[in-house]
Amino acid sequence: MANNLAFAALADPTRREVFERLGRGPQAVGDLARGLPVSRPAVSQHLKVLKSAGLVIDRPDGARRVYQIDPQGLGQIRAWLDRFWDEALDAFKAEVERAPDADSTPKDRDEP
Amino acid sequence: MSQTITPATIRKSFTVRATPEKAFQVFTDGFDRWWPRSHSIGDAPLKTATIEPQAGGRWYSLTEDGVEHDWGDVLAWEPPARLLLAWRLNGEFAYDPDLLTEVEVRFAPVAGGETRVDFEHRGLERLGSGAGADRIRTGMDQGWALILDSFQATVAA
Repeated sequence: MANNLAFAALADPTRREVFERLGRGPQAVGDLARGLPVSRPAVSQHLKVLKSAGLVIDRPDGARRVYQIDPQGLGQIRAWLDRFWDEALDAFKAEVERAPDADSTPKDRDEP
Repeated sequence: MSQTITPATIRKSFTVRATPEKAFQVFTDGFDRWWPRSHSIGDAPLKTATIEPQAGGRWYSLTEDGVEHDWGDVLAWEPPARLLLAWRLNGEFAYDPDLLTEVEVRFAPVAGGETRVDFEHRGLERLGSGAGADRIRTGMDQGWALILDSFQATVAA
């Protein structure tokens, strides 16, 4: 599942840091590497994992590559909440249609 | 060029075989009977979940360890047609009284004595607020919170 891949990609603390920095705005690899306690190739490797998890996208900007959070990846997050409500509302529908009508049973009927 | 990304409102519409009165009653008074036990907050299993039956009422749960967890409150109580709830759980599913997202449920009679239920969860662009980077921890829920934090930052950019 896409979200599982995304969460797995964020299990690494440095990768989380890289992702969090991109949350502040698009950045090139060199800018990202500055201030991080890892090498530039390591940052590139983290970005590769984040990209394959669908969390970031990159685009050329002159000679550099600029990375940013993938808006479609964010769509997956909304999809997660969407499924959350699907499950809850399915349960609601089942309960409404299972429960006896109020006018045919005592109003204060409780679950066993 | 700055880009604004706003998550679309979550909308669900479906029909239930019941009157609006009964649907409203089960949704609210019967909330604890249908709310999935897996959808809980706190460290202990969910014991009860409650929507208090009045505007201004609390929306909260009680876990097996005896701790109450606020989720939000009732903004509008208009049986049997409409219920408006404030969902004040942030991206970490932690209560934040300053966070407002709205859950609206409308119940309308349709042919055959059934009820059309129109559900909305809106204001989702605010979900990341209050979830500070210092609270980011490992694990799936925390990964989720981090994503929402970054989402929030992207939305605000």
